[in-house]
Amino acid sequence: MDFLNAFVALSNFVLVPGIAYGSQLALGALGVTLIYGILRFSNFAHGDTMAFGTMVTILFTWWFQSMGISAGPLPTALLALPFGIAITMALVVGTDRAVFRFYRQQKAKPVVFVMVSLGVMFMMNGLVRFIIGPGDQRFSDGERFIIKARTFKQMTGLDEGLAIKTSQGITLVTAIIVVALLFWFLNKTRTGKSMRAYSDNEDLALLSGINPERVVMITWLIVAALATIAGTLYGLDKSFKPFTYFQLLLPIFAAAIVGGLGNPLGAIAGGFVIAMSEVMITYAWKKVAGYVLPESLEPDGLAQLLSTDYKFAVSFAILVIVLLFKPTGIFKGKAV
Amino acid sequence: MNDTMKHTLLFVAVGVLLVLEGTTTAAGVFSGSWNSSLTILNMGLISAIMALGVNLQWGFAGLFNVGIMGFTALGGLAVVLTSMPATPGAWEAGGQRIVIALILGAATIAATIVAYQKLPAGRVRTLAMLAILILGFVLYRAMLDPGVEAIEDINPALEGNIGGLGLPVLLAWPVGGLLAAGAAWVIGKTALGLRSDYLAIATLGIAEIILAVLKNEDWLSRGVKNVVGLPRPLPYEVDLQNDPAFVERAASWGFDATTASTLYVKLGYALLFTVVLLVLLWMAQMALKSPWGRMMRAIRDNETAANAMGKHVTRRHLQIFILGSAICGVAGAMMTTLDSQLTPGTYNPLRFTFLIWVMVIVGGSGNNFGAVLGGLLVWFLWIKVEPLGVLLIEVVTAGMAEDSGLRAHLLESAAHMRLFTMGLVLLLVLRFSPRGLIPEK
Repeated sequence: MDFLNAFVALSNFVLVPGIAYGSQLALGALGVTLIYGILRFSNFAHGDTMAFGTMVTILFTWWFQSMGISAGPLPTALLALPFGIAITMALVVGTDRAVFRFYRQQKAKPVVFVMVSLGVMFMMNGLVRFIIGPGDQRFSDGERFIIKARTFKQMTGLDEGLAIKTSQGITLVTAIIVVALLFWFLNKTRTGKSMRAYSDNEDLALLSGINPERVVMITWLIVAALATIAGTLYGLDKSFKPFTYFQLLLPIFAAAIVGGLGNPLGAIAGGFVIAMSEVMITYAWKKVAGYVLPESLEPDGLAQLLSTDYKFAVSFAILVIVLLFKPTGIFKGKAV
Repeated sequence: MNDTMKHTLLFVAVGVLLVLEGTTTAAGVFSGSWNSSLTILNMGLISAIMALGVNLQWGFAGLFNVGIMGFTALGGLAVVLTSMPATPGAWEAGGQRIVIALILGAATIAATIVAYQKLPAGRVRTLAMLAILILGFVLYRAMLDPGVEAIEDINPALEGNIGGLGLPVLLAWPVGGLLAAGAAWVIGKTALGLRSDYLAIATLGIAEIILAVLKNEDWLSRGVKNVVGLPRPLPYEVDLQNDPAFVERAASWGFDATTASTLYVKLGYALLFTVVLLVLLWMAQMALKSPWGRMMRAIRDNETAANAMGKHVTRRHLQIFILGSAICGVAGAMMTTLDSQLTPGTYNPLRFTFLIWVMVIVGGSGNNFGAVLGGLLVWFLWIKVEPLGVLLIEVVTAGMAEDSGLRAHLLESAAHMRLFTMGLVLLLVLRFSPRGLIPEK
């Protein structure tokens, strides 16, 4: 019984939030890694692209709510999501035309691209703050929980409860659908194959008649969709604040690098590695230890390795370790 | 008009802007107060020093550092640790434990590295390293936590931190440089020699972590409770106002005592900062002209060729990365001295990292004078963009109804125009004038 209780407590505080956060990071890291694979630079504006997409989704959500449209038990934001994606796609492709294309034609060094993406990050950040303000926004509605802690306790008769939020369930389901679609697209369709070819060997792809501008545009479209979905899911699960989205850059980059920059499968693995380590290292293990260990061994303190204020330090430490020992990441990425 | 002439004129233009700020209230942009003009000048000088450091990294060596905020904050911490008087009883209560804990932590990492290098690769090595790390961490926490608690219990409303060494505050400036150099060494060792993007990401990360430490380690920096009343290298205004000789001299110049004392102190800082800036500028110029500087630029322009000539690219990069970061640390210490308080809550990447980048790019990367000019000019604009933005929005919305919701929202969000404008300036300069106002020769 103790063991079951320990497992439920662990699921409630570590596994379920970790999986949801991991899916969000994985979607974010997929965007970064795709840009890296095709355009060959680290896009610093990715966090703010996520913020922009989420903001548009929130605005549509509010509009739908004011008209009385809702998705029943599901959050209205899901209905608004396609509109958010469409507008973000327009913005991102517009940015590429106005900013990045020039440097592509110049064949500028990757570090120049990174700087330019920094400028784009500034402008998007300013735009988001200008439109929706720098404060916290909550926009989730519908049913809050799939399983409530109390219902779970009554059902199973255990001391520990397990709560699963709707947003966590939706995150996982959406992430699985999106990833399946993406991999189907990359591996089975003609366009997807041309993208992979372009990423593997640019010159050879050009020789075989692949239109580079088209590949780049499709990449941006996919990235815009991924960023908006990741951002909206994160916002539903926690809350939306422009600065938090900027700060998400670090775990997202860490996830992409840990998995191997340019490798989509790696981005997903990296997302979960980072999220799980972050949650596990900042979790106070006292409760779980109390169930599993004999009384004499029980810890006095909270048995928390690091306070939650240092969660960025976790992604950073993992990043440093990977850079030191295996700069190409777990799954072989492109960059050294 | 030759280049030297043009560049001198640019500096004169910045001077004119500062004089206008001091004398006129025309156009609703200038404030007409020398006090405000000197405040802008002082921060401009500090920004120029930071830009000099970043220019060393980017202009000389092509290294992309986006963690300037972290190095600046370390400089600020150095001021607290060097110049504050030690908190009475803190050393006995927990200071010793903390120092031992930190040594233990360092020893753990050293032992892990030794294990990694000495043991043959395989499962045994992995397990040994894990064991050392876990044991070391447990010992470290067991040593550290009681010490931290004891120190934070000492008079928490006013102190609750370990204090400092009580040395003269000017000494804190080089110490700030040293702290920043230490952090830069760690980052450089990890990320240099890999793709350029990795250095950017690693510096972004270390900056966030340094800030998290400053915000949360109350025993060190009082966290978000701020350390106030840091010692100053110049006399306090109140003391000057109470000094009859000073009041008399001020009166003979036609100033009242209050204005004169603030101006006196600000001018004093401006002089100190100018001296530091000139010394660093001279050093950077000498470095740029020396064989070392030429080697650096050769590496920047073609790493493979420089490597073939027998230059150790990664080692040189590490060297210049540390030097540049140290300069940022010195500037950070100077800034905290100017504010005479350390407020970890006010550091944000936008103001302390990306603004400096705009300064370097606008001024002219690769040219030290360009970096200094960029620092002074962009800082002035940064201060002035906000009133300009409000002005602009007021003009645009003049036709709307007084109580229009859109108008209120626009006026309220005008402050965020800064971000947008800075991004736009960066993109425009990168695109149309990538060499900046004073280009590299």
